[in-house]
Amino acid sequence: MSLAQRTKTDDLQSANTAEQIELLTFHAGQQEYAVDIMSVREIRGWTKTTSLPHAPSFVHGVINLRGTVLPVIDLARRLEISDEPPQDRDAIIVVDAIGRTVGLRVDSVSDILTLPSDELRLPPEIAGTDAQDFLSAITLIDERMVRVLDLSSVMPEDEQIS
Amino acid sequence: MSDPMQEIRASFFIECDELLEALLDGLEAMSNGGGDGETVNVVFRAVHSIKGGAGAFGLDQLVEFAHAFESAMDAVRAGQIVVDDHHIALFFQGGDTLADLVRHSREGTELDPSSYAELRAKLDAMSAEVADAPSAPSADPAGDGFAPIALDFDFGPDPERRVLITFAPDTELYQSGNEPRLILRALNALGTAEITWSLTENTSLEQMDPEAPYLAWEITLQTASQISKIEEVFEFVDGICHYQITEIDGTDHEDPASSVTLGPESVDDTPPPVVKQTAPTAIQAPAPAPNAQKSTVRVDLDRIDRLVNLVGELVINQSMLSQSVVEAGVASHTAVASGLEEFLQLTRDIQDSVMMIRAQPVKSLFQRMGRIVREASADVGKSVRLDVIGEHTEIDKTVIERLADPLTHMIRNSIDHGIESSEQRRASGKDETGVVTLSASHRSGRVLIEVSDDGGGINREKVREIAEKKGLVSPDQVLSDAETDGLLFLPGFSTADQVSNLSGRGVGMDVVKSSIASLGGRISIASTPGHGTKLSISLPLTLAVLDGMVIRSETETLVVPLGAISETLTLRREDIRPYGPDAQLLRVRDTLVPLMDLAAQLGYRPPLKDFEGSIGLLIGLEDGTQAALVVDAIEDQRQVVIKGLEQSYGSVPGIAAATILGDGQIALILDPGDLIHRAAKQTPPATPTPLEGAA
Repeated sequence: MSLAQRTKTDDLQSANTAEQIELLTFHAGQQEYAVDIMSVREIRGWTKTTSLPHAPSFVHGVINLRGTVLPVIDLARRLEISDEPPQDRDAIIVVDAIGRTVGLRVDSVSDILTLPSDELRLPPEIAGTDAQDFLSAITLIDERMVRVLDLSSVMPEDEQIS
Repeated sequence: MSDPMQEIRASFFIECDELLEALLDGLEAMSNGGGDGETVNVVFRAVHSIKGGAGAFGLDQLVEFAHAFESAMDAVRAGQIVVDDHHIALFFQGGDTLADLVRHSREGTELDPSSYAELRAKLDAMSAEVADAPSAPSADPAGDGFAPIALDFDFGPDPERRVLITFAPDTELYQSGNEPRLILRALNALGTAEITWSLTENTSLEQMDPEAPYLAWEITLQTASQISKIEEVFEFVDGICHYQITEIDGTDHEDPASSVTLGPESVDDTPPPVVKQTAPTAIQAPAPAPNAQKSTVRVDLDRIDRLVNLVGELVINQSMLSQSVVEAGVASHTAVASGLEEFLQLTRDIQDSVMMIRAQPVKSLFQRMGRIVREASADVGKSVRLDVIGEHTEIDKTVIERLADPLTHMIRNSIDHGIESSEQRRASGKDETGVVTLSASHRSGRVLIEVSDDGGGINREKVREIAEKKGLVSPDQVLSDAETDGLLFLPGFSTADQVSNLSGRGVGMDVVKSSIASLGGRISIASTPGHGTKLSISLPLTLAVLDGMVIRSETETLVVPLGAISETLTLRREDIRPYGPDAQLLRVRDTLVPLMDLAAQLGYRPPLKDFEGSIGLLIGLEDGTQAALVVDAIEDQRQVVIKGLEQSYGSVPGIAAATILGDGQIALILDPGDLIHRAAKQTPPATPTPLEGAA
């Protein structure tokens, strides 16, 4: 099913009551995640990073983004769902969050979804995991569960840096 | 800064800085005896413009003082006061106070009026002196009670003439703090004026806009002055008022600027008070004189930094391109290769030019030091003059800003400890006035700033004595003169017999040294007993680039600031002594220095057991600490563009910044000081991290 069709159905269902939002979906550690497309600056291929001493393990290091130093965070490690070493076909999504720009290392970028914002659900709290800490919402799209990331919590906290 | 008023305010204060600079320049010229009429005008104009701007922002305290200052300067300008050294000193104080007031206004605080009350009184006395001078009787319709003064001009007595002047201020005239009364008064001072006023619009009082000007004046001036003199009165309000100067009867044609056809002969000696346009031969307000000064553009620093970044990127890109061209096997005589060569040259030129944008002359900094000298010498009761050399030398703006504190301290030191008292100076056959010389020059890619005095030089015996007393040297240690002088830079050293107001506040030369070091600079001292002391600071031209040694540690490429490396060594097993369970000391000639495995320190790999054949960088820090850093290989020595890490990520222990190398990869720049101090404190890495993922 194409993106356009799905968007149309979504429109009909929501009867134009809710605002439309656009999400960029991608895979990290075999799970499907999404971020608000407005916070995405660009998507680029994997490049070797320069590792930072004493950095938390989910901080891969820094890369040169057209002359600026961009920290790259391994999303799967950040969410503690996988510890795969990076591969050449990985992608880096450059996002803006809480005034900073970081790169997120993900397995692959899938597509762009448009859906009414009222289809987003609050992530349920489940004992034994802090997965919901990193999520701002979840939504079901054709049997796929898409987890919407809360970018501000993905950023390394200052005490983790030094 | 979205508030437009804030922006205007900010630009007013920037302007104030420029005006204060011009003011001090003018006073400097006057004190050196070079002050012609134009210099006085420049000074007056500076004070006047500050007053005007301050008025617009309601900075009453500033306006008030500027006004007093302006009145005194006005008297000088009008030639009513013959300026002597005493006046100049007063004006310098005035300039300093004005600068203080500007600073307080900028910060939104009030300066205690009592701190300058005395000065204020003296300035007032100066202008009052003039006002009390004998004066010719005057027509004074406004009831101002002012006294016109007969002036001496440098040309012969001109035949009297009658001039009709119409003067209608614009709103801006009032907004910029100008006062029509002063203009009328100035006109009256040129001769005998008859002043009448009229309303420019026939509006009822209810309909008047309280902020709009409705008054216009007509002045019939009986004067011996030339038209150009009258025009001078309007110099400061040019463009913010309408005025016309018309000669209605006179015989003088000397003034070539005024191609005046005489007015109709029928015009009576006393023209009717309200005449719209009597004479057909009006001299229009002269066009603003072409600005002789260099024109400048004010640019947001962020934009320049962006440009610097982009050029840094261009340089990197260019070197990547060259690398790939070489890899592609292009022969060196082809068009591609020669084109690339030109491209390289251009890139370098662009980089240099962009770096120049950030550079500023040290003049503003040196002017601030002039004030330090004036104040410090007054505090200790010594007569000291500041000589300045090379004030047009340019350095990076940030460096200039961060030089102010160390320089202040050095100059205070020179005045407090260096320059002898007047009696001592006389006794040793020197001029009573001590001289502190501040110079700046470019020396082989660096900037050299020197502070020298013609004082007594360093008392080495005393330095030695104090150093021994404080346990900084052992009594049997043999020190050369230079080494003794170097003791001054040790932490906790202060030679002042008693704690004076100036120095000896526990802030010693060691602080100066470390702040210079933080700018990538070096400081040295040279002294000749009886002839003075010279402190030399050598600084990099910019903080944006750094001379570094590119090294490899495990898989990572890093940059070590060249200034920190005293020598490189190949390590031999027999020079390394174990020291505790996992530490080693390295023997370098007759000293033992701690050995640090860089890769282990940064968490790249577990510490090496055997260092045989590894490369050691002997690091010498400003505080005298030494350590040997073990690296895997030295790859290159080059200039790198510094990229901050703090903004994008945060501070990293042991790392000062990052840079981008020719292959487009980021390399971290080490902070050897931080690295060594952290290791010395035995702080384990905050989060020991396996790095196998960072392929």
